[in-house]
Amino acid sequence: MILNHEDKISLEAILTDLQTYRPKRKGWTWRKPHATGKIGPFTYKQTSESLQASGGLPASKYFNSIDPQPDCVITTEIASGRFEDDIRRMRMAAWHGADHLMVIRTAGQSHFDGLIEGTPEGVGGVPITRKQLRATRKALDYIEEEVGRPINFHSYVSGVAGPEVAVLFSEEGVNGAHQDPQYNVLYRNINMYRSFVDAAVAKKMMATSGMAQIDGAHNANATAREAWKVMPELMVQHAINCQYSVMVGMLKDKICLSTVPPTAPPAPCISLDLPYAVALRQLFKGYRFRAQMNTKYMESCTREVTTTHVLNTLLSRLTSADIQSTITPDEGRNVPWHYNNIHGVNTAKQALLGLDGIMDYVTLNFDGPLGEKVRELKERACLFMEEIVASGGYFTAVSQGFFVDSGFYPERGGDGIARQMNGGVGAGTIVPRDKDYMAPVCDHFGYNKLPADCSVTEPCDLIDGCTLCHSEKIQWIDELDPEDNVYKRLAQNETERKEGLLRPEVQWHGDGIVCMTMFLPAAERVAEFAAKDIAERLGLEDVEVIHKQAMHPSEGALIEVKGKVPFGIDPAKLVIPPLVEPLSEEAIRQYVSENKLKIVAATVGEDEHSVGLKEILDIKHGGIEKFGIECNYLGTSVSVEKLADAAVEIGADAILASAIISHSDIHRINMRRLHQYCQEKGIRQDLIVVCGGTQITNEMAKEEGMDAGFGRGTKGVHVASFLVDQHRANKKG
Amino acid sequence: MQRNDDYLQRRVHLAPLTDEELKDRFWELAKQLVEPLVELADTHTSPSVERSVLLRMGFSSMEAKEIVQHCEEQGLLGKGAGHAVWRLAALKKIDYREAGLQLGKGQGWEKLAQFWAKGGA
Repeated sequence: MILNHEDKISLEAILTDLQTYRPKRKGWTWRKPHATGKIGPFTYKQTSESLQASGGLPASKYFNSIDPQPDCVITTEIASGRFEDDIRRMRMAAWHGADHLMVIRTAGQSHFDGLIEGTPEGVGGVPITRKQLRATRKALDYIEEEVGRPINFHSYVSGVAGPEVAVLFSEEGVNGAHQDPQYNVLYRNINMYRSFVDAAVAKKMMATSGMAQIDGAHNANATAREAWKVMPELMVQHAINCQYSVMVGMLKDKICLSTVPPTAPPAPCISLDLPYAVALRQLFKGYRFRAQMNTKYMESCTREVTTTHVLNTLLSRLTSADIQSTITPDEGRNVPWHYNNIHGVNTAKQALLGLDGIMDYVTLNFDGPLGEKVRELKERACLFMEEIVASGGYFTAVSQGFFVDSGFYPERGGDGIARQMNGGVGAGTIVPRDKDYMAPVCDHFGYNKLPADCSVTEPCDLIDGCTLCHSEKIQWIDELDPEDNVYKRLAQNETERKEGLLRPEVQWHGDGIVCMTMFLPAAERVAEFAAKDIAERLGLEDVEVIHKQAMHPSEGALIEVKGKVPFGIDPAKLVIPPLVEPLSEEAIRQYVSENKLKIVAATVGEDEHSVGLKEILDIKHGGIEKFGIECNYLGTSVSVEKLADAAVEIGADAILASAIISHSDIHRINMRRLHQYCQEKGIRQDLIVVCGGTQITNEMAKEEGMDAGFGRGTKGVHVASFLVDQHRANKKG
Repeated sequence: MQRNDDYLQRRVHLAPLTDEELKDRFWELAKQLVEPLVELADTHTSPSVERSVLLRMGFSSMEAKEIVQHCEEQGLLGKGAGHAVWRLAALKKIDYREAGLQLGKGQGWEKLAQFWAKGGA
């Protein structure tokens, strides 16, 4: 299957013949540096190879539509709960430059002792199963060909089934995973011995298939009451997982520290976060850095979140990042919505590009507080480990509540998470390997004794190769639950999908959800209830307020609500004005040279905005001058009377008015006046009269008496083409 | 335990270290902490570890679960569940997948127990 940008991805095609599908590629892929850095009119210092097809930032249209790709891998986290919806979202994210697609697991999967099969629906994530992974990887194999860059697929090797999940990921071409036994112990209360025994086998498996590992230290940021105080401990957690991973056979190049800037404004975050980021990069040189964005201090204001995330990206550029992860700006509200994944990716891309090469212009000053703080953090981390050793080792320390304590170590708040050595999920389940313990598979971590009565040298030879050597040995289970599966979900909205009915959506196919933003001149609580009432009266169902923010205690509040649209739209019944293709430049030029077209132009009324009109006129912006049209530009804030009189005076064929300001409908009023004045003077039928501006549409301009209106995105060629057509028509008429 | 910040007293022995020596100290301590954990993993196994071995031998997750459950009940997890499968196949001279499916149904464990009671191979 080859994906065409014009067509939607076909879930049916993805699901067909899944039982025999094998991933195209295994292991993690870093981006390849751009050979020259020359992209469009610029030279970049920190970019990677460009994509063959992608969506650039909105402003890229001003820069030859370039879409430079930063040097680091960019992550987005996907958590719709249905893999069939995840796939579409992944395609959109990849189109905008994400190449690390992380699927969040359904709540509770980490306590599931074994693998889940089939495609049941999840909560806050998707149940990770062989079928879900294979279908998603298959879709990503096509999507990476569409954009022209390998895509790293990622999920979690944690919980009580870590080794099995690691095998599953290796078999199904998952490229990266979170793996950190400390996460199990501290946050999932999984028995500590079990967690470390399982982790070694899982990590070895990940190493064998070249997967990248991300640790779990960032969770301490999100859990600690005062996240910036947990910095010494975070360094210890990173060290434990890194050292453990290296000792079980992982390469440093595949071991990523999951680091998060601990604070956010109004805290003076750079002064706290920068020393921490620098200390980490000095201590962990040779390892990889996954820079995550702050989730701890996140409210429902997407603007505030975005600003924090831009500052986080600044920190990545002031230090380094191998993976720049992104958090959606609506993470503080609910399950992230489709388009917010794209916003998150674009926030990272935009900030990284804007900061390209910054270290050529600034240097970090180690002589001041930065150097002192870096040293202090390292010492505090060393002291932390010294006390763990003194207490009797890691397990004792955990049982005594050393971790996730609110104190800035060696300060102690006495409120750390303490776990019993023989407690937690899976307690008492590990057993010593006997002297003749044997696992007949390759790259199995730990003691493994081949039986004395066999002649092979590799354990795998006992079974003629394992599933990693011979993928055809993998057993396929399709669906276990006849009700809770992808086919039932697709069948539910099959009619609408077949009829092509359109509903808005933010998370699942056709979920009907829309968001409305409104300002109400009332105190926040009154505004909140008024907004809800308004949305309900507008016909929305299941209305919820998702953001409220007082602009002033009494003058008013900003409210965002979401609700469900209770109907679908049939696109076939829509009246969509056809797009008029402009004439060729050659045809325009020829007509103009034969007919000597002349125009007068000005911004009308009290409008000083001249940039747009000049772009339409000026030869250097590709304006209508270049076709030989004689332009008489009268300037800004010109009255409609003066403009029309000038047209008569110089014998113009057309009037081009520009109106940007639209308060109190002044743009409409000026268009109407211009039209009426020309009528009164008896010149209207001899003149082409058009108006342009950001708030103007062709339909609106015509309502006000213009021959045409030109809105956002108009180029000189569109106006010239219209003038020629209209002039020709008038001559005939 | 609650404790005020006594960093200045505690750091005295670290103060003379150069940055490079401090970094070495950091990694020495990390190694010291982690070595016993690696040793634990090297010498122990778990139900999930054993199920992962069975997956790699070509059993489904459901088959692996059954085999490991019986293996635990028999107190034979320390031999390795994959070992049990392979050994039964060798003893009965049958395909190892067939042996695994029998063990999953609770059959063949007695034969294995006898074999290992006699000291194994």
